[in-house]
Amino acid sequence: MAKLIIDAVITGILTGGVYALMSSGLTLIFGVMNIINIAQGALVILGAYLSFVLQQNFHIDLFLGLLITMPVMFMLGILIEWAFIRPLKLERTMLSILVTFAVALIIEGVLGIQFGTSFVQLHAWYADASFQIGGFYLAYIYVFGFMLSVILLGGLYVLLYRTKFGYSLRASMQNRTAAELIGIDVERVSAVTFGIGVALTAAGGMAFGATTAFNPGSHYDLISRLLVIIILGGLGSLRGALIASLVMLVIEDVTSVVWSPVWASTVFFMLLVVILLVRPQGLFGQLEARKQ
Amino acid sequence: MTRHYAARLWKALYASATMSLVLLFVVACGGQSSTSTTPTPGNTTPIKIGISLSLSGDFSADGKAFEQGYQLWQTDVNKSGGLLGRQVQLDIVSDASSPDQVQTNYQTLISVHHDDLVFGPFSTLLTKPASVVANRYGYAFVEGAGGGPSVFTRGLHNLFDVSLPVASNLVAFANYIMSLPASQRPTSVAYATEDDPFTQPQVDTARQVLEKGGIKTASYQVYPAETTDYNPIADKMIASGAQIVIVGTLLPDVSAFIQRFKQQHYNPQALIATAGPDQGSQFLSAIGGTKPAEAIMVPNGGWYPQAPTPGNTQMVQEYLAKYGGTAADISSDVPEAYSVGEVVQQAVAKISSLDNQKLITELHSGSTYQTVQGPVKFDDTGQNVAATAYLFQWQNGSLIPVYPTNVAKTTPEFPKPNWP
Repeated sequence: MAKLIIDAVITGILTGGVYALMSSGLTLIFGVMNIINIAQGALVILGAYLSFVLQQNFHIDLFLGLLITMPVMFMLGILIEWAFIRPLKLERTMLSILVTFAVALIIEGVLGIQFGTSFVQLHAWYADASFQIGGFYLAYIYVFGFMLSVILLGGLYVLLYRTKFGYSLRASMQNRTAAELIGIDVERVSAVTFGIGVALTAAGGMAFGATTAFNPGSHYDLISRLLVIIILGGLGSLRGALIASLVMLVIEDVTSVVWSPVWASTVFFMLLVVILLVRPQGLFGQLEARKQ
Repeated sequence: MTRHYAARLWKALYASATMSLVLLFVVACGGQSSTSTTPTPGNTTPIKIGISLSLSGDFSADGKAFEQGYQLWQTDVNKSGGLLGRQVQLDIVSDASSPDQVQTNYQTLISVHHDDLVFGPFSTLLTKPASVVANRYGYAFVEGAGGGPSVFTRGLHNLFDVSLPVASNLVAFANYIMSLPASQRPTSVAYATEDDPFTQPQVDTARQVLEKGGIKTASYQVYPAETTDYNPIADKMIASGAQIVIVGTLLPDVSAFIQRFKQQHYNPQALIATAGPDQGSQFLSAIGGTKPAEAIMVPNGGWYPQAPTPGNTQMVQEYLAKYGGTAADISSDVPEAYSVGEVVQQAVAKISSLDNQKLITELHSGSTYQTVQGPVKFDDTGQNVAATAYLFQWQNGSLIPVYPTNVAKTTPEFPKPNWP
């Protein structure tokens, strides 16, 4: 049993890294723009399909393909922000839920027309292979996915805390009106932030698609988990999204092997309720995040 | 102020009363529609058949395949002169795989669209609420993918499933394992199943048979259908060291289990999944080709592309002409839907009427109907008692029947070779 629990902890951490990639964009967008992007799950699936197309048609490695898919998704994010989010002037948070849900349905519909509803999965030599350390087999895909997550989230940290754009972005997160008053082009910052948030889904989608069979409808189960992660971590907090992803996956995986998969989510949600009762803003809620 | 509230209360009551009257009117109209079904000489208006299908959401792959099956039948029945000399028109709406939406849809199809007949949706999960709505209006509810035991225990007289009752699906596999010589017979099994009314009863039935035969349960897990991380479930099966694995899955979970087994170098002697391996090229694409598929098993309710059943060759040819691909690409959902149409077509022809009450009586009469899935005969609960469970296995890139011996094209490959 001890081996099984250690295995579950390792798997939870590695898988949590992949979820952190998918949820970091969601929390970043909320932090700057105060909108909840329900389309994040559908964008993850779109990212997975882009990797699928590059692999099937051009035989481009999944990780190398990110050099193409991430910029494409970044531009798509800017386009979505311009077309659907920017026109929302009043009740942005509420309306954004409806509008981004519509975006999710559009993406699902287009993917359905293009690819049908058959399940597909991304394949590479590292998707099924593993290596052994101390009696544990570690799957390359999860290790690579976790490393990718560390690199991208590290890059995002540098962007936020070591660049002029990062200062503008954090200023917009702290106080949108004040940021405008000191000359920051908040609309431009919002567009770029949305683009970054969507670009991250390309990486998350690739990792998701290499570990799970997916079809255009796969985003429904995904978005609920991503929302839970950013609520636990604290809306708007990158650090919170990372830690909450790891906490959620480790708790669920350990509960699953020790007790039952049926209780895995329940135990996590009970913990979530307790945490929210003590800290309604989540582990690293907005106040904390905006101090960063 | 009091008068103001009184006025608002009066308005609310007035609105509620109006809504109730409108609803009563709609329901009354719906009720009438099911009775005005006696064929009129010279009546050339198309017969409308209402169907709710999962064209998006979790069941969208199966929903689309079901749509193909229904449409193929529609083409064929219209080509042969229609039902009672009238052309058939399908009135298909999408339920997005939602048990709530499917109820609304059948309510609409019957009471607003006034469809003459209704056919079933995809999955046991959706069939249960949908059949209740149809029963309320006195409609016959013939379906092909709602075979979970819980569908038949609610005393509904209008429900008929043309496919094999799902609880029996894995019995052929269990019988095969028990038929092995004692020296070759595995001694332990790991089970994992979705908490789905389609998958879990199959796994539980197989478990009962195998435990009765002395094969011990090394691990038994039930997991929520919305699970997206299957690794801990797979890890527990691996840690149990079971010699064979039985999983109650759809395609995404079985492909995730296979991937994890490969990563962890776990090679069970046999692996069978309730669904997933029957999805042809979709399954092969998900798990990475024919080599990892070798010797993986799946139960079968009586249909395969080469099955020598009436009309099957024609249906397969028509499918390939319309949708392309190969015969191996045809989902087993397609014949399930097609068979629904065939049964209703034969029953309606026999009673020369579209009256739903007469249709229900006919379907309960003990008559046997011929379909591409084989013979169909309903018992009192609406289950098809004429269907037989087969065991299929992937061998050299083809999914072929291997048990029972009277339908087997070759012997089962046991034990399963190691993952490539």
